[in-house]
Amino acid sequence: MRRVHVQGVGRLPPAVRNVPSYATGPAWDEPQWSVAGPDGPELLTPAALDEAEMVQAVTAAALADAGLSRDDVGFICSGSNDYHQGRPFSFVMALDGVGCWPPKRESHVEMDGAFALYEAWVRLQHGDVDVALVYAYGRSSLGPTDEVLSLQLDPYFLAPLGPPPIALAGLQAQALVDAGLATEADFAAVVARAWRAAADDLYTSVSAELVEDRMLLHPAVASPLRAHDQASFADGAAAVVLVAEGAGPAIEGIAHCIDPMDFGTRDLTTSRSARLAHAAAGGGIPEVAELHLRFSPEALILRDALGLEEALVDPTGGTLPSDVPMVSGLTRVIAATEHVRGGAGRALAHCTAGPCLQQNLVTLLVAP
Amino acid sequence: MSDSDHTHETAPVTRFKAPTRLDYTVTAAAVTADFLRHILEQRLVGRRCPVCAKVYLPPRGVCPTCAVRCHEQVEAGHAGTIDTFSVVRIPFEGQVLEPPYVCARILIDGTDAPLLHIVGEIAPEEVTLGMRVEAVWDDRPLPTLARVRYFRPEGGTP
Amino acid sequence: MIPTAVIGIGQTRHAAKRPDVSMPGLVREAALRALEDAGLTFADIDAVVLGKAPDMFEGVVQPELFLAEALGAVGKPMFRVHTAGSVGGSTAVVAAHHVSSGVHKRVLTVAYEKQSESNAMWALSQPFPFLPPVSAGAGGYFAPVIRAYIDRAKAPDHIGWQVAVKDRQHGALNPCAHLQLPDITLEQVKASPLLWDPIRYLETCPSSDGAVAMVLSSDASTCRNPAWVLGTSVRSEPLLFAGRDEVNPRAGQLCGADCYAEAGVTPDQLDCAELYVPFSWYEPMWLENLGLFESGWRAVDAGHTKLGGRLPINPSGGVMCSNPIGASGMLRFAEAARQVRGTADAHQVDGARLAMGHAYGGGSQFFAAWIVGSTRP
Repeated sequence: MRRVHVQGVGRLPPAVRNVPSYATGPAWDEPQWSVAGPDGPELLTPAALDEAEMVQAVTAAALADAGLSRDDVGFICSGSNDYHQGRPFSFVMALDGVGCWPPKRESHVEMDGAFALYEAWVRLQHGDVDVALVYAYGRSSLGPTDEVLSLQLDPYFLAPLGPPPIALAGLQAQALVDAGLATEADFAAVVARAWRAAADDLYTSVSAELVEDRMLLHPAVASPLRAHDQASFADGAAAVVLVAEGAGPAIEGIAHCIDPMDFGTRDLTTSRSARLAHAAAGGGIPEVAELHLRFSPEALILRDALGLEEALVDPTGGTLPSDVPMVSGLTRVIAATEHVRGGAGRALAHCTAGPCLQQNLVTLLVAP
Repeated sequence: MSDSDHTHETAPVTRFKAPTRLDYTVTAAAVTADFLRHILEQRLVGRRCPVCAKVYLPPRGVCPTCAVRCHEQVEAGHAGTIDTFSVVRIPFEGQVLEPPYVCARILIDGTDAPLLHIVGEIAPEEVTLGMRVEAVWDDRPLPTLARVRYFRPEGGTP
Repeated sequence: MIPTAVIGIGQTRHAAKRPDVSMPGLVREAALRALEDAGLTFADIDAVVLGKAPDMFEGVVQPELFLAEALGAVGKPMFRVHTAGSVGGSTAVVAAHHVSSGVHKRVLTVAYEKQSESNAMWALSQPFPFLPPVSAGAGGYFAPVIRAYIDRAKAPDHIGWQVAVKDRQHGALNPCAHLQLPDITLEQVKASPLLWDPIRYLETCPSSDGAVAMVLSSDASTCRNPAWVLGTSVRSEPLLFAGRDEVNPRAGQLCGADCYAEAGVTPDQLDCAELYVPFSWYEPMWLENLGLFESGWRAVDAGHTKLGGRLPINPSGGVMCSNPIGASGMLRFAEAARQVRGTADAHQVDGARLAMGHAYGGGSQFFAAWIVGSTRP
């Protein structure tokens, strides 16, 4: 296997457009993104940029961070899902942002950008290219994200019933409670810690104080889950430059795995696919982990499945305060990269897809 | 359940309808918002790439070949040349225009990439490659490219 | 890179409607045939790579998730590629790289479409705010490009009719092909209605339900006739830019050139090719784009692209006979592999040893191709 390095990263931080009702603390300003313009950085609201401009901003930033130019890139791979924008072939227009000319070796996955990174890593192993550019973008603010995610369900049996994601996550949470593995207070503690950490994170636009013992006074939405147990959707974009020979944090292992969708055929108190993905990525025990959480109980399941008992988990606040569909997984890789750049010996980045942690991808990054 | 019927309980269900509705709030980014504001004033204003100097109409936020943001606005003409076209004769669900109609790629004067639009006031079989056409504005203040109702042969119908 | 071979191929019978199977049933039909052909079971597979585009056709978001069980992917990696119409080809390339990279030993790759459970014209022509309502499906998009080719190449009208007849004659030899029109004539094509002038009804592809699957492996020891993957490429360019040549796109040229270079062959060494031709005129256009003939339409006119000709194109009948969109690209790749394995039955090109599979998507901007051969590299 060729050793692949994360040489450069770029991102438009998650912009939460609708402040959740349970959030308290100072009122938020509309989030703004800093984008390089002809006369220096410009501050723009997320609505001011189209998808191509979002992609341009993050890919240009990642290449600059890597000290490389567009001409150095041998392979481009991106992740997005047109359903979130409600525009067929939105990914085609987004390609304008990366300047795919002269024609490049290029591919696209309708998966999180972390999976695009996986394809790029495979391509670098194939050996014909040495530099890959990966990007992802998501605009959940334009559409009904929960309803879009419900359309992932089996179209014959489940989707016509239209259960929202929190209803399915509620099944998983209740399974944990019934098995004596967690309490509602544990879920609240995960959320409160995430928001506290996010308030201090440079790249998170949200800040709110959630008082742990008052959180349980809120009504359940899908018992035992409350509104705050679900991640807040946001808009954003991210890009990563991978190189086959380099000095940046190295990918020690990367692997993914899937469980059946059917909730009746798997033990919801654990995540077999997360455990298998971690093992296939080498099974290294990380010092720090960045998880892709859609619901707070997933933190408890993943702590066990990914061997995180001793690890610092989501010091950035993670994705509960701001989850960008199709982008969050790639953003976890960026956060893990920064932990390794900052001195961590080994960092884990996680990405999930499907209901109740159905599909999981694990990237282990180590110092070069 | 369109094909299943309670009176035929033993018949297998082979298909059913599952209508899906998703509502989106589409936002025009700043570059498109500028373009739409101009089109309300019956002006076609594109943008020029600072690197390759090509002018795009509708304007592009990012030059598709140079991957840089485009800020300079350029007033384009109201006439252009038919680059290529087809005559749509097939009816289909959700179609807005009555077939047959001419769908053309028109290179507007002062721009460098063709715009897709309709050609009217001429029989479809009379349309030719390279034909000069001009915009016919709609009276209604539509903030869309439909503000140009269609293009017609320059100087009126031949 | 590790030598990679196609050791199993399976496809469904393609039809306007397959009400007898669900989507999981459809993909499973192709997957089980590919596994049987390879003499393997799901247990032998290390990873599954699924191709499908666009989701909007059947209204299922990220369908790889609900298809995981049907494709035996549980407890394994399940990957999903989406590159518009080229998706089947891109998926085969990604799957091949999963093996050639050494990441996996045996990969199952599958692509499908169940158009009967949706309305493709509707899904492709969604009116969008700010834009004039001019879109009219794929034909509406490609008809002006075809007109530009005819004008540029000074091609006579009957070329499009010839391809339409030739592909249907080929398809009549392929029991899996959706359209079975063995007695079709030039006069019928010429007399069929104009849909998107200059495209006539019989010059267009059908809408099909169908799926295709392949098993790719670095271990061909159990296979008596593997198809070796000798060269692959995926190339893209932006949809619309100043000076773009959509008749002869540069991304398509480079995609072909990448394959020839990686395989170490020249176009004239190919024994046959399966090209993505959804409208008859795209055969002469791609022949030129891929450097297979200097004048595509003259090659068609001379009969070079018929079975028995110098370079048979789409001996399976191609997209003109079967178009399960998400699978159409992979069908080209799989049919190319069948030729060099010598398992193409009635549409076999005698002695084929080198073949190309090709797909394109978006506005003639996404290209995927591979060259397969009967000899291990």
